[in-house]
Parts: sequence; structure tokens; C-alpha cells
Amino acid sequence: MHRRDFLNLSAAGGGVVFLSALAGCSTAPAQTSSAQSDFYFVQLSDVHWGFKGPPNPDASGTLPKAIAAVNALPVQPEFIVFTGDLTHTTDNPDERRRRMNEFKSIASDLKVKNVYFMAGEHDAGIDRGAAYSEIFGPTHYTFEKHGVHFIVLDNVSDPGSKIGDEQLAWLEADLRQLNQNTPIVVLTHRPLFDLAPKWDWATRDGARAISMLTPFSNVTVFYGHIHQEHHHMTGHIAHHSAKSLIFALPAPNSQPDRTPLPWDASAPYKGLGFRETHVADMGQKFDLVEFPATKS
Amino acid sequence: MMQIDLKRRRALIGMAAGTIAACLGVLGLKKAQAESVRKIEIVAQRFRFEPKVIDVKLGQPVLLQIRSLDYIHGFNVPDLGIRSDLLPGMITSVELTPLQVGRLDFLCDNFCGDDHESMHGYFNVTD
Repeated sequence: MHRRDFLNLSAAGGGVVFLSALAGCSTAPAQTSSAQSDFYFVQLSDVHWGFKGPPNPDASGTLPKAIAAVNALPVQPEFIVFTGDLTHTTDNPDERRRRMNEFKSIASDLKVKNVYFMAGEHDAGIDRGAAYSEIFGPTHYTFEKHGVHFIVLDNVSDPGSKIGDEQLAWLEADLRQLNQNTPIVVLTHRPLFDLAPKWDWATRDGARAISMLTPFSNVTVFYGHIHQEHHHMTGHIAHHSAKSLIFALPAPNSQPDRTPLPWDASAPYKGLGFRETHVADMGQKFDLVEFPATKS
Repeated sequence: MMQIDLKRRRALIGMAAGTIAACLGVLGLKKAQAESVRKIEIVAQRFRFEPKVIDVKLGQPVLLQIRSLDYIHGFNVPDLGIRSDLLPGMITSVELTPLQVGRLDFLCDNFCGDDHESMHGYFNVTD
């Protein structure tokens, strides 16, 4: 599918096309052969399955609605990724596992079966990822798609929001095998940079990961955690956060407390949504398309 | 020979006494300084700091003595680049000097559970 066709279909499907000239994305000229390797993936984030409270009176209904919206996309994505906080935290280990299994069962309703999961601090911060690993597998891993190297980084299993020496050594070894022109996409939960340390919106050793990634010419980071769309550059590395599927949070440092934005009965699900990312030109160009959480 | 030894002994005794006196003087000064630093006790427990709002004076150092009751909470003052882990059963001492008038935030930066996001407070810094 050609990029223009994809974007037209995305727009027809209800999304708003954003950032087709996103800062930090390469402007390499399109190649006719690259169209065959173009693909797109869907990012869903911060479901917080098990949450109950006024910020979302339809807490148990939002995820199924979002899945229906993804299933209704006119072109199905190559894969789907959930960037953490699949479940809302609980001290009860049995309840934690019950929430994770229930979430996994509901996510299995996605038409696309190529689904990648990641942990958030609500999934993994209390037991250092024990329950998450039992049910979903490793908390950090890599995979390849059409020449793009995807790296899933875990910055939540350590409750101190650290990637940690061991995982950073693993990252360094992984990067050592790559050509510096290899397109790299990092998927993680917390921002790797100091977005708002006063609100705990940071990764304590994220600068070390960014330093390792900086020699590579084409690196893009997708993350969650902050329950809103946000775009930031560290040098030539672009960082994009996704909306949540449970409640929206205020803009970084825009108010004293990071309390959830109240539910708007006149505009239910406002501020919630998911994202398509279209990867074009052999992983040199990214187009982001934002969708509401539910079908309009 | 005996006279020389006696002189040396007296000189050594004099030097030692001077050194001890100097040390005691330094210790006394440090003690006086330590006594002049205001101590503030803070209790950390899921999911709050007590007190949550602390009045402090610009430029005046304070010694925080933080006691966690239930978890290895974190204590982070991002604007000053100060952080510590708070081990339960121990008093964690943190010294800081407010450098700007206004609100100086602190927070728990070790994820501690359901309402972790509420576990924060601030120093109210005045002239």
C-alpha cells in the first residue's frame, strides 16, 4: 500500500492525520521499492484494567470499545503493541494475576494476532515483574519488522524507575550488532528523558540509554505512562507518548498535582485514544495518526 | 642529654596539647553549627508524607530526618537534585538549603502502590 492510500484510509477511518512532517523524522526521498516494505502498527497504552473511579465511569467498557475500533480499521495493522500499565496495580498477588489474565483474554479479541505486550509500573513495580513475566513473558526483548529493529525496554520492574545495569548491558550488546544506519524503534513505558521529574515522569537512568542510542542515525521512541500525546526531541531522537485508554492526565507541570482530568459527561472518552504509526521509506519516515478510543 | 630529652618532651607535650585544643575548638564549632541547623522530622508511609507542607526560610539549611513506616519509599527533591531511598526502621537524614522563594516540590519516586501518585509534598520557601 502506498503511503498516500494509507493516510487517506486512516483519515476515512476517523483518525486525524498528524505530524506528517514531524520534526526529527527523516526526509529521505521516497523510493518506489520502499512502498512494498511500508507497514503500520497500532499503539495502545495505559489500559489500567481493574481501575474503578470517577475519572472513568466506563472503566471496564473502554478497552472492549477500543478493540472494536481497532478491529474496524479498514486496513489491519502489521502488529499491535500495548505500551504498559495493562492493569491497575493491586497489593493482592492473586488479584494481580486475575486482572492480567482477564486483560489478556479481552485483548485476544483483536483481529490481529501479532500483539506485543509491555509492562508498566502498575503491572510490575510491586513484585518486580514476577506476575507479568508469568503471564506475558519477558519484560525486555527485541523483534524485527521490514528492516526496522524494535527494542522493548523495561523501565518499570525496578520500582525506582530504572532500566538497571544488567538491562543496559543487554542493550549495549544488542546495539553493538547493528549498523549505525539501521532504523531503531524503542518501545518503553516511562519517558526516557526528564519530562517532568516532579511528577515522576522520568527514567532515573534513561540518559544512559539515550546516550547509547545517540550514535544511530534513525531512532524513534514510543512510550506511554503520561496518558496524553506528547512529542519531544533529545538531539535527533524523537520521543512520542500515547494517549491512555482509562483517563487523561494534565499537561506536564501545568498544575500543582498530576490528578486525572475529570470525566466529561458531555464528551465521554474525551482525551482517550490510540495511535497508528505508519513506517515508510524503509523505516526512514514515520507518520502518526491519532484515533479516539471508540468508534464515532 | 637528659636536659635535651626534657626540652623535647615538653615541646611535644605542648604541641599535643595545642593540637587537642584546636581539634576541640573545631568540634565545638561544628557542634554549634549542627545545633543551629533546624531539624525537621518527616514520616513517610503509603501514600503520604507527614507533614506534607513544610515552611522553610530562604538560604537557611535544614536537616530532614525522615522515617519510613512501611516500604522503601523514595525522597526526591528534583529542583535540588537530591534524592534518597528511605529504608523502613531507619532514620534517613537529608540536608538541604532552599535557594529560591516559592514552592519546592518533593515526592516519593519509588513506585509504592495504588495511590503512589499522591505521595508528594512541598517546602514553602519564604524570605
